[in-house]
Amino acid sequence: MTDAVADETEVAPGETLFGVREMELDFGPQHPSTHGVLRLKLKIDGERVLDCYPIIGYLHRGTEKLFELHPFFQNVPHTDRMDYVAAATNNLAYVGAVEKLTGIVVPPRADYIRTLLCELQRISSHLLWLATHAIDIGAMTPFFYCFREREQVLDLFEEYCGARLTLNCMRPGGQPFDLPVGWVDDCRAFCETFPSKVDEYEGLLTNNRIWKQRTVGIGVLDPDRALEYGISGPMLRGSGVDWDLRKARPYAAYAEVDFEVPLGKNGDTYDRYLVRVAEMRQSAKIILQCLDQLPDGPIMAKKPRVLKAPKDSEVYYSIEGPKGEIGFYIVGDGTTNPYRCHVRAPSFITLQVLPELCKNHLLADLVALIGTTDIVLGEVDR
Amino acid sequence: MGLMDSMESNVLTTTYDKVFNWARRSAIWPMQFGLACCAIEMMAVLDPRHDMSRFGSEVFRASPRQSDLMLVAGTVSEKMAPIIRRLWDQMPEPKWALAMGACATCGGPYRTYAVTQGVDRVVPVDVYVPGCPPRPEALLWGLMHLQRKIDRMQVGIPKADPAKVEAAEA
Amino acid sequence: MSEQDQDKPPEEVPVSEPESSPSEPEGSPSGPEGSPTVEAAAEPEPPKEEKPPWLLNPQVPQWQDEDDDPTAVSLRTSCPGAVLSARSFAGDLILVIRREQIAEVAECLKNELGFGYMVDIAGADYPDREERFEVVYHFYAHSEEKRIRLKVSTADGTSVPTVSHLWPGANWPEREVFDMYGIRFEGHPDMTRILTWEGFNGHPLRKEFPVEGIDTGAAIYPEYYDQSQGPISGDGTGWKVPEPPEEPVAEEAEEAEEEGPQGDGSPAGGPAENGATTDGAS
Repeated sequence: MTDAVADETEVAPGETLFGVREMELDFGPQHPSTHGVLRLKLKIDGERVLDCYPIIGYLHRGTEKLFELHPFFQNVPHTDRMDYVAAATNNLAYVGAVEKLTGIVVPPRADYIRTLLCELQRISSHLLWLATHAIDIGAMTPFFYCFREREQVLDLFEEYCGARLTLNCMRPGGQPFDLPVGWVDDCRAFCETFPSKVDEYEGLLTNNRIWKQRTVGIGVLDPDRALEYGISGPMLRGSGVDWDLRKARPYAAYAEVDFEVPLGKNGDTYDRYLVRVAEMRQSAKIILQCLDQLPDGPIMAKKPRVLKAPKDSEVYYSIEGPKGEIGFYIVGDGTTNPYRCHVRAPSFITLQVLPELCKNHLLADLVALIGTTDIVLGEVDR
Repeated sequence: MGLMDSMESNVLTTTYDKVFNWARRSAIWPMQFGLACCAIEMMAVLDPRHDMSRFGSEVFRASPRQSDLMLVAGTVSEKMAPIIRRLWDQMPEPKWALAMGACATCGGPYRTYAVTQGVDRVVPVDVYVPGCPPRPEALLWGLMHLQRKIDRMQVGIPKADPAKVEAAEA
Repeated sequence: MSEQDQDKPPEEVPVSEPESSPSEPEGSPSGPEGSPTVEAAAEPEPPKEEKPPWLLNPQVPQWQDEDDDPTAVSLRTSCPGAVLSARSFAGDLILVIRREQIAEVAECLKNELGFGYMVDIAGADYPDREERFEVVYHFYAHSEEKRIRLKVSTADGTSVPTVSHLWPGANWPEREVFDMYGIRFEGHPDMTRILTWEGFNGHPLRKEFPVEGIDTGAAIYPEYYDQSQGPISGDGTGWKVPEPPEEPVAEEAEEAEEEGPQGDGSPAGGPAENGATTDGAS
């Protein structure tokens, strides 16, 4: 028994009490650090994780079945609740797919408003990520700082569409509401002060010795392996692969704004943290440009009152969400409901890499790894 | 406590009630049990704007053995329901359950094969907070409602109302 | 003017107003392409001005043949007989592949043609067809920024070769297709249910599976889910099964009580979660 284990691990075989080296542990569905209901079956040797087998499905709600029962515009609230931290990007992926399916072209003002909402949502999602990642690793202060800014972003959302979290702020064909009076000024005021707040978070963490010890070298992801796993978003860019759907296949108003795509070097947790923090800054930059360039005009395209998909049609449309590529595969059959609507959820695909990342790390690093994959179980389980 | 349980309510037990209920309602320790979107609004209650620590509840215990309140925030899927029951059984008395959001109350927008239509099929719920997701202020309202419920707890046997006793015997 | 999606094919047959049936908002799709029926524009447009596309009726995308697309051509030479058709719709390239050769085609795509990024694998159910299921693969080539869709038809009970040895990211999507449709993948390292629970009966996304489930709470407690009485919640006392109203219903209610409300076949109180592994349970 001890010989077999010695081949697997680098730890020198020592004396054991019961003759058993490994233990199977349930990192159960109810755990403060699993960001929702994720269950991991771990094979551990003391503090060292040898293998991990994620068991998901604890938040499976049957959303894809529900999509088939409702007309296109009624499915938009269901999309909010999948990646519940970043509802606007889910909405955009879905309505973009419906528009591609039916051939609707959206007016430019609606495109700009969508870009604004998506970038605000990206900031909000990354702030939540930073708050929970830091608190899992043990730093409690960023939680309060990040939520303070996040409340301001949620106030902007609430002014626009009435909801803080599950926005339902887009429709196939454009936007349901125009920007309220004063929204542009509030948004500009927020984005102008935001970089200084990001400096605060960086001041707490980036050069912090403890943070670096906990994150540098943890969970190194090889770029080719990441592509084979289908990983996208900051998880991929942390490994140095320069691919961002906003630049590669621009949608909404991204072709008209100027921004950089931050990249990491080593593919470890620290680099992914730097990438996400830099993305927050870039998002503020994009928002300011959009506010300056906001065109006038209608916000909803001309479309039939009863929107039906063409018979025998199918599309796949994806955008760059805060967690990666979120896409919708919709099959239309000539009726008002989608015949099949499948969600390509980035967290579902990204979570598969966890067993590979966690080999020979300590149990406390596993918590940092779950945080760095930035998963949302609503998306994983749908 | 044993002696007081068998007494009818009198000035001794009501004073005891006042003190203990005040202690219980002022420091309700929730169990960290965010399942879905409502969990994000539950975390938002802890942030500086809504500040749950004013209610004594900023300590979210990870372990059910150390907590008083099970804040079921989010959709209860059929796969998760037995686990919720198990966690409820592990909590020591006195314990309360608060169903936060439409999904925990009645299944919410998900009337599907995979969703338990309300967590009250699994645990006895004391307060329901509607909303999808409920605003953090709504959750604070639910918490205050629970505090009022705790204030009504009694340790002695409540005095019987003579009229009702006669009606029952008749 | 910003484009919604730059994948649109360059030329589309415009579905203009005179073809559609006049002013019937919910009329059946007219015209051979099944375009959405629209209300006819009230006034004629001046011939000089061009209205921007969002003020015109939507132009429905059309199917186009893509037999001379370079990827389709290379696949037809490397894997003869595999590509059954090559078309595109709304700018997406769609190839229908013979089921037995999907692994070969996938290997060719990955190693020779540079499609190294696995986007997604989905299933679809068309019960009217002979081979009712369809497995849909999406891959992406970063060098050309090109996306491709492969479709494989399969019948109930017939398994499809796996591609998870080429892309480790295909592991869970294939498990999900198995869970939702019942399509098995040969050679998959861990062909078990992933989203539903142990002891779940049926495959949810099949068209005949009811959305409320067959032996979950909605089906076991019809008296709670009777729509005519409006939404009813439980009586708040936990696992208690309601008292059976009359004698004939008593047997079914008792069986349901033994099974446990979550219907996973284990004794009520569910110790199934802890010691039991999820391997091999379906």
